Amino acid sequence: MPSTILENQLAVSIRNVSKSYQRGSQMVPVLEDISFDIKNGEFLALMGPSGSGKSTLLNLIAGIDSVDSGSIVVNDVDIASMSESELAGWRSAHVGFIFQFYNLIPVLTAFENIELPLLLTSLSRRERREHVEAALELVTLTDRMEHYPSQLSGGQQQRVAIARAIVSDPTILVADEPTGDLDRVSAEEILGLMARLNSDFNKTIIMVTHDPRAADKARIIRHLEKGVLTNALP
Amino acid sequence: MHFLKLLIRNALRHRLRTALTIVGITIAILAFGLLRTVVSAWYAGVNSSSSSRLVTRNAISLVFSLPISYLERMKQVEGVKEVSYANWFGGIYISEKNFFPNFAIEPRSYLELYPEFYLPAEQKREFLLDRKACIAGSKLADRYGWKIGDIITLKGTIFPGTWEFVLRGIYKGAEKSTDESQFFFHWAYLNETLRKTIPRRADQAGIYIIGLKNPMAAAETSLAVDAAFKNSLAETLTETEKAFQLSFVSMTEAIVVAIRIVSYVVIIIIMAVVANTMAMTARERIGEYAIFKAMGFRNYHIAGMIVGESIFISMTGCMVGILLTFPVAEKFGKEMGQFFPIFIIERSTLYLDIVFCLLVGLIAALFPTWRAARIRIAEGLRRIG
Repeated sequence: MPSTILENQLAVSIRNVSKSYQRGSQMVPVLEDISFDIKNGEFLALMGPSGSGKSTLLNLIAGIDSVDSGSIVVNDVDIASMSESELAGWRSAHVGFIFQFYNLIPVLTAFENIELPLLLTSLSRRERREHVEAALELVTLTDRMEHYPSQLSGGQQQRVAIARAIVSDPTILVADEPTGDLDRVSAEEILGLMARLNSDFNKTIIMVTHDPRAADKARIIRHLEKGVLTNALP
Repeated sequence: MHFLKLLIRNALRHRLRTALTIVGITIAILAFGLLRTVVSAWYAGVNSSSSSRLVTRNAISLVFSLPISYLERMKQVEGVKEVSYANWFGGIYISEKNFFPNFAIEPRSYLELYPEFYLPAEQKREFLLDRKACIAGSKLADRYGWKIGDIITLKGTIFPGTWEFVLRGIYKGAEKSTDESQFFFHWAYLNETLRKTIPRRADQAGIYIIGLKNPMAAAETSLAVDAAFKNSLAETLTETEKAFQLSFVSMTEAIVVAIRIVSYVVIIIIMAVVANTMAMTARERIGEYAIFKAMGFRNYHIAGMIVGESIFISMTGCMVGILLTFPVAEKFGKEMGQFFPIFIIERSTLYLDIVFCLLVGLIAALFPTWRAARIRIAEGLRRIG
């Protein structure tokens, strides 16, 4: 799957981002004055204890939550200033999601699940089929394309979810605990697949994880502690 | 992948819940269809009225009759083409539960004024020749297994005695809305008997039926007829046949209104049932809607899924309900034939079924759609797992 992104350009630039949530009558700060960059073709792992704000940061980068202050620029586009509707259009073109619990639509087959993001494009039915088959081949699930999620193992479901995430050739892939619900063997398979997407297809991947073994697959690991970046390990 | 396929698969996720909801809608549509048809049947006499006929009765009350001597004077009134007359006989066939309308009529003019009662020429000729002859509608004849030549005995209530008639004809309705459950015999037979038994009640007609030369002149002719008998011992009230029939329906207007209200309440109840189903469905799928939104699907896509599924469920129930309405109405019509001789499902009832089901589907989806549209993606995703 060809990527249009050039290496060494900034994929994501985060500047002075803060975010807090309302809990009853209190405002609870989740992220405080976060700034860092992610280059194109990077594989970044965000680590930290529960409640440190890593998933919130991931959501902000993916454009499914909004910042209180600061800016997030993804490929020269400031997504913090976009409306809900603009963000929806932007996400469909630029972001691929990989979730902990796969989040496949249970009434759709593997093929149909992968095809979903393409329904928002102007591709013809034949072109969509070609894209889906290519994605299925990449995750080595061509023989399972007519299977429903309930007929697939956890690892297979996550591979379908990865195929769905990459089928529209997005700028960045965001993964929230992608191996959190998998056994060790399946987790290794998924991490290997993600590493391949990064190395062979130059996909920019931002992954939230608790698992040090998963984080080891990333090229850069960043730690969050109580909403603050504590280190920046290469 | 087609949107409709997703709607159908979503609708069939909880098969039992969907099936029960569809059954509920089916029953509601069936009840609505039957109740509406009962109301239509109530107005059947009004709807089958002719605009070219007037009915003249005693101005005081229908209970009082009019002298037969009025006949010739009525024929002289400007705009009158033909005049006939009839008496409500109110006879009982075997027992009181066997109710059907029976009238003493002047046969020649009556059948001329009511061409919708189609009688074969031979049977008509025999009916006109024999003073003890009677004719019955085909539904009535079927109900009691009467055949031409049968002797039919009615027990008089308004006109005491046992009255024997020979069935000389079985009429058919020229239109679907023609009442085929009536019974007619010669007014002359009634009058001759009354002259012997109760002379003071002889030579009286319950109503006159006037055929108009020009239906557009109904109002002027009515006034002219009533003016002709003003200040007489029995003043007349002339009105169109429709108005005359409506005066009967208006006596039971409260019942009709109650039936109408119940039919709409049924729709409101089923709307609540479908809304509950869709609310449960949407609540269970909030996480999925968040996934769709994360992938870039807009609120209108989500709304389309919810509204589409709701309309799919309501329209499935609607179609099954409509299909069942026909055989059930036919059975109901047969069972209740003596009360509702014309029991026909009107096309407007079917249109209303469809419109109400679309509305039910749409309104039931409003709240779940609103909730799904409001849900923040991050919050929706947190509900999964």
